[in-house]
Amino acid sequence: MSVIKVENLTKHFGNFIAVNNITFQVEKGEIFGFLGVNGAGKTTAMRMLCGLSQPTSGSGTVAGYDIASQSEDVKKHIGYMSQKFALYEDLKVWENMRLYAGIYGVPRSEIPAVIDRMLAALGFESEKNTLVKELPLGWKQKLAFSVSIIHRPEIVFLDEPTGGVDPAARRQFWEFIYKAADEGITVFVTTHYMDEAEYCHRVSIMVDGRIEALDTPARLKQQFSVASMDDVFTKLARKAEGGEQ
Amino acid sequence: MLRYLLEKEFKQFFRNRFLPRLVIALPLIALAVFPLVADMDVKNLSLSVIDSDHSRTSQQMQEKIASSGYFKESGNFADYKSALQSIEKGDADLLLEIPQQFEQSLNRENSGSLMIAANAVNGMQGGLGSAYLSAIIADYNRELIANTQGSAFLPVTAVEVRPLFRFNPNLSYRVFMIPALIAMMLVMICGFLPALNIVSEKENGTIEQVNVTPVSKFTFILSKLIPYWVIGFVVATLCIFTAFVFYGMFPTGSVLPLYIFIAVFVLGFSGFGLVVSNYAKNIQQAIFVMFFFVITLIFISGLYTPFKNMPAWMQMLGNASPLKYFIQVLRMTYLKSATFAEMQHLFYPLCALAVFFNSWAVLSYWKKSA
Amino acid sequence: MKTFFSFVKKEFLYIFRDIPTMIILLLFPILMIILFGFGINTEVRDTRVAVFDPSRDVATQELVNRLSASEYFVIDRYLSDISEAEKVLKKGNVGLVVVFSNNFNENMQRGSASVQLITDGSDPNTASSLANYATAIINQLAVDHAQLATNVGGNNSRLPIINCQFKLLYNPTMKGAYNTVPGVLGLVLMLICTMMTSISIAREKETGTMEVLLVSPVKPITIILSKTAPYFVLSLVNLATTLLLSIFVLKVPVAGSLTLLVGLAMLFIFLCLSLGVLISIVAPSQIVAMLVSAVVMMMPTILLAGLIFPVENMPLILQVIAQILPAKWFIEAVRNVMIKGVGISAISQEVLVLSGMAVMFLAMSVKKFNKRIE
Repeated sequence: MSVIKVENLTKHFGNFIAVNNITFQVEKGEIFGFLGVNGAGKTTAMRMLCGLSQPTSGSGTVAGYDIASQSEDVKKHIGYMSQKFALYEDLKVWENMRLYAGIYGVPRSEIPAVIDRMLAALGFESEKNTLVKELPLGWKQKLAFSVSIIHRPEIVFLDEPTGGVDPAARRQFWEFIYKAADEGITVFVTTHYMDEAEYCHRVSIMVDGRIEALDTPARLKQQFSVASMDDVFTKLARKAEGGEQ
Repeated sequence: MLRYLLEKEFKQFFRNRFLPRLVIALPLIALAVFPLVADMDVKNLSLSVIDSDHSRTSQQMQEKIASSGYFKESGNFADYKSALQSIEKGDADLLLEIPQQFEQSLNRENSGSLMIAANAVNGMQGGLGSAYLSAIIADYNRELIANTQGSAFLPVTAVEVRPLFRFNPNLSYRVFMIPALIAMMLVMICGFLPALNIVSEKENGTIEQVNVTPVSKFTFILSKLIPYWVIGFVVATLCIFTAFVFYGMFPTGSVLPLYIFIAVFVLGFSGFGLVVSNYAKNIQQAIFVMFFFVITLIFISGLYTPFKNMPAWMQMLGNASPLKYFIQVLRMTYLKSATFAEMQHLFYPLCALAVFFNSWAVLSYWKKSA
Repeated sequence: MKTFFSFVKKEFLYIFRDIPTMIILLLFPILMIILFGFGINTEVRDTRVAVFDPSRDVATQELVNRLSASEYFVIDRYLSDISEAEKVLKKGNVGLVVVFSNNFNENMQRGSASVQLITDGSDPNTASSLANYATAIINQLAVDHAQLATNVGGNNSRLPIINCQFKLLYNPTMKGAYNTVPGVLGLVLMLICTMMTSISIAREKETGTMEVLLVSPVKPITIILSKTAPYFVLSLVNLATTLLLSIFVLKVPVAGSLTLLVGLAMLFIFLCLSLGVLISIVAPSQIVAMLVSAVVMMMPTILLAGLIFPVENMPLILQVIAQILPAKWFIEAVRNVMIKGVGISAISQEVLVLSGMAVMFLAMSVKKFNKRIE
């Protein structure tokens, strides 16, 4: 069953075409990697799926709702973690959790238990009362991730979730992603780290607003007859440069 | 949902190092200090005299002026030019020239001319100053007439004029200013803070996380509005309290209608602040747009200057300003002991403006970019 | 030099791309001139008058006619009962109530007539102006009648009358604009140079782009100069609009030397820019920079520097505080040059104080700035 269906989705900013006619589907329970260099159109595409940006043309459904006309319904069924850290820095860890639990309609009596469970899962028990701005970046991102799935959404969108953190923290972060996927949450993740692409069930590679490749990492490597995703990417990038000339 | 958003707004407000202090300190300081500043009473005027007559009459007239208490003499000058210099240097505000043979011509021809020159850079001060001076001279003139006529057989024709300044018998400028200052504090705090609120969430990026949740536009705006509404009551109460403690000014009318008006006004003006915040791309822009509007509104609403003296087109604009109605309410409650019924005609426009600005705030808040 | 110009270009582009802010910055002086020029009108004209006249005789009729003939008053209504006076004043649709005594004409001949002028004291200056004008008209009537009576009595000797000639120096038409244009100029320059500059530099600090610039080989002074250059240009544009509008729209002439006036404005612009830079170096964030400029600089400038309220009426302590405000000195100097038309020697004190302040702010910012870098 597809939880995300996108057909000919396009977004223009003036004369600039940020997303050019993309079509793909994401299956339930999948970890779907959305790859591309900075500026390839990943974030724009993701913002359209989350109902933060109106598509110029094309259509799509997320969790069965139309992204153009039913974006508020879409929002009930998804979680989102933006590239820039977007939790309140002047609130404490538990206060951010309580706010979003409340917004997503977790009953008031259950909120303390939800918070405790989340803190335990993150290993954050000692940081419950810490102001978010005092946390190191890696911790902030783990917190942002757990807040984005606080309401057990069907799909979670992660925009460059591991940007700027060290490799150890990145591996740990991916363990969280796997755990979420095990619980049945579909994960839609953008990244420009090619090693992370190997962790995904399927990946799409965006170049200049278009999806140039879409398959499982293994088959992509086979298709381009290279040893790593990095090489797949290099080949595609070179092709794009060639195409431009 | 609203409950959690409100909790968050209040926590953020109280955790800020600056804002709670500002909300408490600004009204206290403003209401304690500014009435001392905002004094446009025309007083302490300095007068330079050029007495070329040196007669008994000119002497008597100067004594009369001195005893009035309105003017302090800044010196006698031999000629007009040196007296003018005293004005240029700012030592004197007015000068009175008594020409040669003034007394003589008064006695012989029954008419004498004086010249009053006033520094009119501040037009009102110059105008009122010369009016006071000429009133004193006219008074002296009447005495003179009475003296010449007094022994005579003819009846004295005279009219006693008794001015009565209703609502403010001593014509204290403070009485005029304090309601204006209360209005200004509410505008500053309940206008600027909401204007900065949404836009700083935009700048920090935190609004993204909220926009991707199913929170409705209405709930979101309400969660931004209610805190400033509460703050508005605190600010207004602090202002009223300070004005009472420092200047003994308390509304002569009942306080309940005043608070009803405060509630509607703050709601409307905070709504306006949120509209600005919705459109602004960054904090700097929000500040300047607000600054622009607040200064304009203060001037076209008759806070410091008489509304009725403005050109018609400015009065038209003023009718769209919530501040125009609110300042009337404050003045009427403070000075004229007005009842709610007497101010009802000001209530409906305020309500209409509050609904207008807040609907606009909800509609102009976009969870989705184009 | 080349780096400097490329930096300046970047800053210009950055500011001019922000169209709403640009529009406001260019409109602001225009708006202020219009508001201050037309909005602050203390001239009392066509005030509505209510009359309570139990006498209804020749003298009261004549007085009412004289009042309504003057440019200050229009007769709005007659009151049938004295209690209505309170009501009309409370509502505010009438500015003056004239209350005549009984048998006015008869009593006037006997010298015992009285008129009460009830005004709405909630606006004290308007109230006292109204009372003054009405009193003058009534007194004139009394004098005219006395004159008439003397002549009728067959006695040809007229009464001694003192005539006053009035001369309103510098501002014969008593325009509010003469008083406020120098103030507006000070406020506009302060807003652009101090507030804008401090916020924009504080923003660079907040977003971290300042750090990038500071580790680059560009000299700090180049950075500061290039940041302030666009605001300098903007303030020159605003200076020109303000002056042109006041001369041609408000008809406030420049009585003194234009060169001196522009020179004075340049000095003040330089001072404000230094102050803006200083605030931005000290302030940790945009909002604090804004609040410091607004609460510590703008508000006292509006209130204490003689923009609306005369400095000499304030209590001593506030007059002392006013002395440390740059705008107070600037406004005074501009008023002297622009309205009174004095030369440089008469404003040497103001120029000296302003230069001293400018040098001090600049020295303080350089010192603070260097400390931060170390």
